Amino acid sequence: MSDRLPVKKTYKLFIGGAFPRSESGRTYEAQGQNVARASRKDARDAVKAARGAFPKWAAMTAYNRGQVLYRVAEMLEARADDLARLCSGRAEVERSIDRVVWYAGWADKLAQVIGGSNPVAGPYFNFTVPEPTGVVAVLAPDEPPLAGLVTRLAPVLVGGNAAVVVASETQPLAAIELAEVLATSDVPGGVVNVLTGRRAELAPVLAAHMDVNAIDITAADGLAPELERAAAENVKRVVRGRPDAQSPWEIASFLELKTVWHPIGV
Amino acid sequence: MSELDRTHERAPAPAPSDWTYAPAPEGRDIVTLDERYGLFVGGEWLEPRSGEHYATISPATEEPLAEIAQAGAEDVDLAVQAARDAFENGWSAISPSERSKYLFRIARILQERSREFAVLESLNGGKPIRESRDVDLPLAAAHFFYYAGWADKLEYAFPNRRPRPVGVAGQIIPWNFPLLMLAWKIAPALAAGNTVVLKPAETTPLSALLFCDVLRQAELPPGVVNIVTGDGRTGAELVKHEDVDKIAFTGSTEVGKAIQRELAGTGKKLTLELGGKAANVIFDDAALDQAVEGIVNGIYFNQGHVCCAGSRLLVQESIYEPLVAKLKRRLATLRVGDPLDKNTDVGAINSRMQLEKIQELVASGEEEGAEIYQPPCRLPEKGYFFAPTVFTNVAQSYRIAQEEIFGPVLSVLTFRTPDEAVEKANNTAYGLSAGVWTEKGSRILWMAQRLRAGVVWANTYNRFDPTAPFGGYKESGFGREGGLHGLEPYLDFDGAETFGG
Repeated sequence: MSDRLPVKKTYKLFIGGAFPRSESGRTYEAQGQNVARASRKDARDAVKAARGAFPKWAAMTAYNRGQVLYRVAEMLEARADDLARLCSGRAEVERSIDRVVWYAGWADKLAQVIGGSNPVAGPYFNFTVPEPTGVVAVLAPDEPPLAGLVTRLAPVLVGGNAAVVVASETQPLAAIELAEVLATSDVPGGVVNVLTGRRAELAPVLAAHMDVNAIDITAADGLAPELERAAAENVKRVVRGRPDAQSPWEIASFLELKTVWHPIGV
Repeated sequence: MSELDRTHERAPAPAPSDWTYAPAPEGRDIVTLDERYGLFVGGEWLEPRSGEHYATISPATEEPLAEIAQAGAEDVDLAVQAARDAFENGWSAISPSERSKYLFRIARILQERSREFAVLESLNGGKPIRESRDVDLPLAAAHFFYYAGWADKLEYAFPNRRPRPVGVAGQIIPWNFPLLMLAWKIAPALAAGNTVVLKPAETTPLSALLFCDVLRQAELPPGVVNIVTGDGRTGAELVKHEDVDKIAFTGSTEVGKAIQRELAGTGKKLTLELGGKAANVIFDDAALDQAVEGIVNGIYFNQGHVCCAGSRLLVQESIYEPLVAKLKRRLATLRVGDPLDKNTDVGAINSRMQLEKIQELVASGEEEGAEIYQPPCRLPEKGYFFAPTVFTNVAQSYRIAQEEIFGPVLSVLTFRTPDEAVEKANNTAYGLSAGVWTEKGSRILWMAQRLRAGVVWANTYNRFDPTAPFGGYKESGFGREGGLHGLEPYLDFDGAETFGG
């Protein structure tokens, strides 16, 4: 046993690809660590970063986005032991990794499963394509801290959205570890932003934010009615998914459909 | 070149003001109206418990057409009960192929009685008979025909998802396409196995009430479709009724937001099809004469009472002058007047309230500094009419460039580069539709990818089809109507699609 003092990690927020402390200077204690307690201002900064990152991520080819997400799974695998210590264990990490891989494979299949061409009664070529809705606020459940977050986040990302995530309040460390994975992956900075802190403080800011297009309230518990009311202000898409679902329809909740018409003629 | 061709080429076309038309009125006799209408609940006509009625008028003449029931809370409750009864006791148990055949019957009867409906639609709503006859009615019938075929094929539409009906759908529709919006709402709801309580718009209830007679002829079981008439208060009762499982609303963004707030925390399903402020983008290589037709169809179709109307014209600077000149010239040829005249291009504004809203916004455009053009045209003395209007010299910040006018008023803006066109087109809280005109195919697709709107019309405008999903991005609402996607809001799915984990 060496008597070397380990270098302990400081757990910070993840906004725009960087790891800032909360601008409020506040922290709270969770899982035996001091964790940044994000403020409303941090939430707004995160939305701004997500909005800035959205166009590039959305415009990426589906093949490319699928590869970037697959790379995330590779990086998770490499950190599996670290992650296992921060959640319920190895099984949860493996489930999370497999889920990322599963969703990564959907990127270049969505348009065929969800979109299509429409046989309109006239000389027009008409097709419908799915497109990302924009900036999505994701509330991660308290448990399981890693798999719960990955389950809600992966379908948001694979469709081409940018996300602002509120991590598990009681066990936020896995989310920050995930942020470190993302920061060293090929996911562009700002596509995923992770806030730690009080869900009841952050979620209403995101629900009311005029530049957030959708909010996932699957893990909102008692906050849901208040968040839904606030979401109406800019006609947000409010998604009540299934906590442990893995399906293309979870992706579809965060997609818009665009129908394009063009005449056929010579 | 023949003598005739040469003459044609040399001689300037006669000035529009020289053109004279003989009136060509469509007969009104095909429509028989009752003096007073009740509520259609459980397959029967009920006097409203509220005891209230109001007059519905023809906006073209201001003449009263009939007395309409103003449904109150108790009436809405009866209608929802009737829908619930029908859902629990029969409709949801009926075989999907039988359900399908009811819808086919409705489609066919609408086709058979289409002239009657077209005349009624123009009479009560003010839209030109040419449009109600050639657009509203054929499309309404087509919607029923399309969804009829889905009723017994749902498991193919949603494989592995075990689709099942939601229950009772409460549907609230606007006054701009009364029967067509009814078809967009009722056809997918019934195909999916739901029962319906529908509230037509306050000013245009008559085609929905005549539709009840179609249901009688189709022998649809009582209570499957219930029609409650009234103003916004009736709609509010329907929205907050506890036994309604799903609300579908088409109308203003303001009311849509109020409905979304009202339903917060209830777990009810909701789809919203709200306002728009669509950009119609004209590039310098576009076929200008075709584009002008598209612009006119985009904003003057149905008096501009169209949520997806191309109300913001974005013109590339290099063609601004010739295009606007052509457009103004074309405007002078539009016939404004009697909706029942077969020559009429622009009919009556739907209501006095809407006319005043248009007047107010047009006044704001002039005050803010835009330049107004209206062709010389004589408007009928009675009724609600507004001349086709073009504003040039419009800044993006003007109210006429930001707010939905829902009238025959076009705001013209300019751009230089495709990037600027995209930025300006998307500079709105709405996102229902957009148009793009260019001869360059790759540019069409480039624009189509970047326009944040649910429907993009390229080298055409205002086309609709039951197979083509329609609906908005951003504050234009959520959910789609039309196509396979239009069924989804009317279905629940169990956990069968969740695997892994």
